[in-house]
Amino acid sequence: MINKVVKNIEEALSGVESNMTFMVGGFGLSGIPENAIAALSKKDIFGLTCISNNAGVDDFGLGLLLKRKQIKKMISSYVGENAEFERQMLSGELEVDLIPQGSLAERCRAGGAGVPAFFTPAGYGTEVEEGKEVREYNGKPHILESALTADFAFVKAWKGDTAGNLIFKGTARNFNPLMAMAGKVTVAEVEELVEAGELDPNQIHTPGIFVQRILQGEKYEKRIEKRTVRTKE
Amino acid sequence: MALTKQEIAKRIAQELKHNTYVNLGIGIPTLVANYIPKGIDVEFQSENGVLGMGPFPFEGEEDPDLINAGKQTITTLDGAVLFDSATSFAMIRGQHVQLTVLGAMEVSENGDIANWKIPGKMVKGMGGAMDLVASADNIIVAMMHTNRQGESKILKRCTLPITGVNCVKKIVTNLAVLEVTQNGFKLLERAPGVSIEEIKTATEADLIIDHKIPEMNFN
Repeated sequence: MINKVVKNIEEALSGVESNMTFMVGGFGLSGIPENAIAALSKKDIFGLTCISNNAGVDDFGLGLLLKRKQIKKMISSYVGENAEFERQMLSGELEVDLIPQGSLAERCRAGGAGVPAFFTPAGYGTEVEEGKEVREYNGKPHILESALTADFAFVKAWKGDTAGNLIFKGTARNFNPLMAMAGKVTVAEVEELVEAGELDPNQIHTPGIFVQRILQGEKYEKRIEKRTVRTKE
Repeated sequence: MALTKQEIAKRIAQELKHNTYVNLGIGIPTLVANYIPKGIDVEFQSENGVLGMGPFPFEGEEDPDLINAGKQTITTLDGAVLFDSATSFAMIRGQHVQLTVLGAMEVSENGDIANWKIPGKMVKGMGGAMDLVASADNIIVAMMHTNRQGESKILKRCTLPITGVNCVKKIVTNLAVLEVTQNGFKLLERAPGVSIEEIKTATEADLIIDHKIPEMNFN
């Protein structure tokens, strides 16, 4: 068994530098690596390129890094819900590359799977197509999208073991397994870290081979972005 | 009377086919889940990674690890399944999800849709919309017939950056049900009490009207 455990978030982040490319898991605020983001927001690293489906909210998630202007470029599919983000984007301080969500997911997966590029119908005939090769398959136009990788991928899982195997919960899975595959160094933070052998190998979502460092997160706020309920009749 | 947003959703619910998988977009489309006709079984997919989505949770039962693509808290039904984003879009791109219902800012007579960007004003991103409209077999748009300025959203050509080309099959608005045909928009139904003239006035594009247009039936 190859032990992937690091003793704290400082050790988990060792090697991060300015101008690096990071992948950050999560959809909205669900399944984001809260502890890694909090620690990164205290480091003096700037000029970052962040690949993440969303950009957090003003005071939580990647919003914390945006507030300190640590991010130079965001690669995302949906960036509403964040006023500071919008301000930096419209003023030109922040470079933004918007990508269809399915293409973003597949580009991360491809990056981790050794597939350099693929054709997809998403974005054909739109701004997304600009500068990309178009080819017809089965009578339908498709555009060429390239794989994405990152210097570091920060992901969050529900449970993990010392070998780096991960199990996610609910819709907090989202981009995390794909980004775990595509990081040169993947840092997985989990709510509960157990000894290798305690997780059923049949139930593991992300094999530990994709994870270089694992730790149990110190605390999780797990903020809900849009609490929506129904009333009992 | 023009339809309310709830009534638009109710009319779209009549389009649901038995034993199909459906993706509902944010806004009016989400409401469609409240009006599933009796005897029709459908499963709702949300592109952030759930199939078999149920109603919103009761107060106190919200789970931060269980949300829909609009980031609202949800529940799951028996038979539900959770998965990652690449698997989710394999369901969409691979045409395993049979119907997509989504909102729009503009639709053109060749079936182009614009709903992700207003240059200089609103740039939130396309989310999963471009993947959905590029692949779904059947795409129904749920929207108001005109925008806040009273301008038609049903156009000869889209003026905003488009989300997908030649993809919308049907539109249900507060005034009418329209089909996108090879020859342009065909008027299928009117909202109760709304005249053909009123619909024509509110529509920039030409309408094909080749028979007596019935009122929508909500019974």
